[in-house]
Amino acid sequence: MTRVSPAEALSDWMVMARRGLIETVRKPTLLVFVFIEPVLLILIFRYAFGGAIRTPDGSYVNYLVPAILVMTSIFGALVTGIGLSDDLAAGIVDRLRSLPMARSAVLGGRTMSDLARNTVSVFMMLAVGFLVGFSPTQSVARFAAAIALLLAFGYVFSWIAATIALLVRDPETAQGVGFVWVFPLVFVSSAFVPTATMPAPVRAFAEVNPVTLCIDAVRALMIGGHVAGPLLGTLAWLGGLLVVFVPFAVRRYRALE
Amino acid sequence: MTRTPAIEVEALRKAFGEVVALDGLDLAAPEGHVLALLGPNGAGKTTLVRALATLLRPDSGRALVLGRDVVADSLGVRREIGLAGQFAAIDEVLTGRENLEMVGRLYHLGRAEATRRAREVLDRFGLSDAADRRASTYSGGMRRRLDLAATLVGRPRVVFLDEPSTGLDPRSRAELWAMVRELRSEGTTILLTTQYLEEADQLAQLIAVIDQGRIVAEGSAVELKERVGRERLVVQVDDPKRTGDARAALAAVTSDGPLEILGDAELSLPMAGPGVPAAAVRSLDQIGLGISGLEVRTPTLDDVFFALTGRHVEPEQDEPEEVAA
Repeated sequence: MTRVSPAEALSDWMVMARRGLIETVRKPTLLVFVFIEPVLLILIFRYAFGGAIRTPDGSYVNYLVPAILVMTSIFGALVTGIGLSDDLAAGIVDRLRSLPMARSAVLGGRTMSDLARNTVSVFMMLAVGFLVGFSPTQSVARFAAAIALLLAFGYVFSWIAATIALLVRDPETAQGVGFVWVFPLVFVSSAFVPTATMPAPVRAFAEVNPVTLCIDAVRALMIGGHVAGPLLGTLAWLGGLLVVFVPFAVRRYRALE
Repeated sequence: MTRTPAIEVEALRKAFGEVVALDGLDLAAPEGHVLALLGPNGAGKTTLVRALATLLRPDSGRALVLGRDVVADSLGVRREIGLAGQFAAIDEVLTGRENLEMVGRLYHLGRAEATRRAREVLDRFGLSDAADRRASTYSGGMRRRLDLAATLVGRPRVVFLDEPSTGLDPRSRAELWAMVRELRSEGTTILLTTQYLEEADQLAQLIAVIDQGRIVAEGSAVELKERVGRERLVVQVDDPKRTGDARAALAAVTSDGPLEILGDAELSLPMAGPGVPAAAVRSLDQIGLGISGLEVRTPTLDDVFFALTGRHVEPEQDEPEEVAA
């Protein structure tokens, strides 16, 4: 039985990641999704809602920016699923599966290019955040850790989105389903309002929600607060989700017919 | 000298739920040959190609490509094959050149070789001028050519073409046929599927007729046509009332097979030799019967199919043009 050598596999991952990046740059809808929407969100929340929402430390923009960064990272993950289901529908996956490439590279390369895109997106939002008054109070090291954490969060969610795309196959359905699982996670969380304002059952969900934990961890690392609890919670979630979804997605990909 | 057959299929079975797509199919093709898999929609052609290209896992039986098992050594198989599916599988966001370089790299040609090889196939398929345009701007014919170019960029020893002429205009089809002949002359083994006897006849040394997941006949085009009956001459006389007279007159022309009445004033007889049309015209002239039409008909897939299975090919919805008229 022949196997793909590690060098070949690495090259396959790079080739597929490069393709993903070229797509991002050339698809106008993706550019809007990745760069314009997040910036609009910051501006809308900062100026339209900001005056009405009271937050613990008083500065809504400091409360808001970490949340929007995490949210963008998650929405960016949905692009992984959309791209993959487009490839499935266009027969490109069939061609790739008939090539002597590492089968892991189709998912691996795509999630990598989505991570790279997400990184650019996050830095761009940070820039806008600073312009509208975001002022992190913690050390640079903590700030960097926060960025790494939220990018890792998006990366893990990419694998969930990929799994869903492989399960439902059709691009439109994949997109629709994506919003069904992502919206409750993002909005029933501490992203825009403190969980203390929610009714008990909703609050119970919000407080175990990985999105809440991640946002709380990122907030604490950027503007201060309790770090350890939410950070450990987030890492536990990420580890658990990776262990479940990476093998699941790869198995679904191998089982395609 | 014994050679490993390029394609060897034994008792291959694949069902999708209740639908049995391959029902114990056996097939073999020597290396360097063109094998045409001829059959109507739903006969199992695409399923067989996908099984050979390692895209799906058979339920039972065995399939080998160049001696490698498609399940146990699927990577070994994928190193030797090129697949062009029924629909062009190209990335529209990439340029033609980028598409080919990407596929070349995924065949592990190495960066420089992938670049060189992409240039070579672009040239060969007349796509050099459009090489740096995005594939989304390509016409249907160009997409198909780019898809074929991608199939060949890794220099596969065995090429699968699933209904390659579907949706092509006559000129593109002629180009495709020329391409297949060129590959054949270079020693590439090709398995192509088609619904058209003429295409199989033009391109393949070996034809396998597939029906309901089994091979119902195998042989050269000549052998298959022998089983079906040869070309027939169809004569239309200008007086429908005298069809009976025409039949009597034409019976004298051919002793070599059945004479058929196809309808009012229309008869067909075997083309036993090149003299048959002239003889038919003369004998009808002798009884004072005019001719309103005279045509040589080659057997169609439907004729082959009917002769082999006693059933007619299902009427097609999606194919406006007939190749074999």
